[in-house]
Amino acid sequence: MTLDSEYQLVDLTAIHSEGTDSMSEMARDRVTKKWEVFAGRNRFYCDGRLMTAPNGGVFLLTVFLITGTCTLFFIYDCSYLAEKVTVAIPIIGGLLFIFTMSSLLRTSLSDPGIIPRATPEEAAYVEKQIEVTNSANSPTYRPPPRTKEVLVKGQTIKLKYCFTCKIFRPPRASHCSLCDNCVDRFDHHCPWVGNCVGRRNYRFFYMFIVSLAFLAVFIFACAIAHLILITKTNDGQFLEAVKESPPSVIVATICFFSVWSILGLAGFHTYLTTSNQTTNEDIKGSFASKRGQENMNPYSQGNVCLNCFYILCGPVTPSLLDRRGIVTDDYRAEISRPVNAEINQPIKSYGVAVQNGPTQVTMNSTDMPGIYRQTTETTDSNAGSVTHLVSNEQPLAIAPVLQKTTEHQYTSQTNLNQSPVYSNILSHAQVPLSKSQSYANNLNVAEGKGEVGDLHLDPVVLRDAHIVDKRKDDKLDNDMTLQDKENSLLSASRLRLLQDTTMIESALDLDSLDDSSLGTNSQAGLMKVVV
Amino acid sequence: MSNHHNNGSRAGETEQMAPSQCLKVFIQRDYSEGTVVKFQTRFPQELDGRLERQAFEATINRLNSYFAEAENATCSTYCEGCLACLTAYLIYICKETHYEKCLKKVSKFVAEQNQTVYEPRGLKLTDPSMRGLRVIEISCLDRPPNA
Repeated sequence: MTLDSEYQLVDLTAIHSEGTDSMSEMARDRVTKKWEVFAGRNRFYCDGRLMTAPNGGVFLLTVFLITGTCTLFFIYDCSYLAEKVTVAIPIIGGLLFIFTMSSLLRTSLSDPGIIPRATPEEAAYVEKQIEVTNSANSPTYRPPPRTKEVLVKGQTIKLKYCFTCKIFRPPRASHCSLCDNCVDRFDHHCPWVGNCVGRRNYRFFYMFIVSLAFLAVFIFACAIAHLILITKTNDGQFLEAVKESPPSVIVATICFFSVWSILGLAGFHTYLTTSNQTTNEDIKGSFASKRGQENMNPYSQGNVCLNCFYILCGPVTPSLLDRRGIVTDDYRAEISRPVNAEINQPIKSYGVAVQNGPTQVTMNSTDMPGIYRQTTETTDSNAGSVTHLVSNEQPLAIAPVLQKTTEHQYTSQTNLNQSPVYSNILSHAQVPLSKSQSYANNLNVAEGKGEVGDLHLDPVVLRDAHIVDKRKDDKLDNDMTLQDKENSLLSASRLRLLQDTTMIESALDLDSLDDSSLGTNSQAGLMKVVV
Repeated sequence: MSNHHNNGSRAGETEQMAPSQCLKVFIQRDYSEGTVVKFQTRFPQELDGRLERQAFEATINRLNSYFAEAENATCSTYCEGCLACLTAYLIYICKETHYEKCLKKVSKFVAEQNQTVYEPRGLKLTDPSMRGLRVIEISCLDRPPNA
């Protein structure tokens, strides 16, 4: 028996790179859970049971402030007030504290309603749909629609396409650039709580701020009462009272300063809850009635009470992420398989090769209908989604070689016939980038090619990179023809360019920008940039 | 039906994983009634000739009704929500939410439909919960992706 299992283990390591089957993976001690290969930037604890946003520093501060203040309160004020006034004070304080902390932890450690990213086949299908609507008759390039209009209860709502998650976002969903996920009914990303606030944890968040408001007011009142009582017993000497119980002053000060903002926030969210709006929608004024036209909120239940009940006690989906499921090879293939799964043609006939894939890109030699444009919400997300499809051994190291683009323009010109896309890209010379870029950088503008308003790097990079990847599987580097090598260099350079020139480390919410220039001609406002 | 494209599935997982490397059709969400989970009943062209419209519509309508039941905000769901709040949400350690129960019904229904209607026609439904409630994936088991 032992021999058998040993043999099995040896077998595993030998063929590990080609993928083992799930049974043998289970035979090993270590199974990979799905949270470990999660595409977003969340952090997971307790083997995937708990999840938070990437930066937890402010959350720890929140916890520290609350527990610290309450500890001081219980030690100093409660002992006095329990005997002098009533023993109910520490009890009420204790209950409020427990409720506040549990709501806080619930908000911070639960899934806010993250929408899982699309599988490659889904993404391809959506692209095909976009392509179909785009195809046909335009000799001039027309940018693909990034929005889709739907009628929600008679009102027209625009659904935006998320380039990172490769889905058309449901209404009220939004992409959080900090966590790099699309969140259903996205309210806001709260650093104090260390997580996004979305559909699934809004009620906990609301309970948290309401109970915290009560707690802050309660503690403030008790601390002040304590000081006043001591003052009275000391014949009106307030300073004596302070000397007798300095922590009470600390507690009172902290509460005083925090109570205003917490009360304000609680009031604001009560308003949002009663009108069934999210912070996101309120800030953008989606349903404000001052726009000339009546913009009713189509999601409202109609009634203040009903809205409250629905949001705070209504049914809620379970987490759509199967965090603790085991990663099988199917799953791994599903999430990491590149879009064109069936390309096995040489790169020379690039245009043809792609057409066989599910994306069915119709490539002309002159214009490239960029299927999707990567408005990178952040570079990391972009890198995540692009490198997702690029194998790890994608030689970014050789990308710097490609910074001298002019040389390459010439060399690539020779490949015009064979790889029309490349010439198209390079002739537009690192081309018009997304809005994020235009807002962030002040680079020199050149190349005012009107119709090419987009960063076409991304789709090409993906396909190139995949093709290169596929090639790499088949051949060693030495075996690549000059053509192939060049192509891989080009794609690597594009990847590098993408990372360099799009907004790095910026948590800009592109949704708000998108709103300002909606519609299919949103590219008109873009600056064209050359590096 | 030919199974040679079924290379992605393994024993014990056929009910979960749809086979890769085959043509897939995606039924998108219908947002006409808001953010409730509802799928479009428009018949996809790719299934023309492989599946009767009535069968397709029956499946989708039934699924929509299950989801409507899940998302329906009735008195009982409100009570459940209030009770959960009062117990500091600890009750969910023991009890399942109403929504989860409905999703289980959906899974059972999808499995049953696959067995009776779809697999005999060389198709396979994927539970929308596996796709984040975004789409209903119908795989055509004997067609390559490019068809």
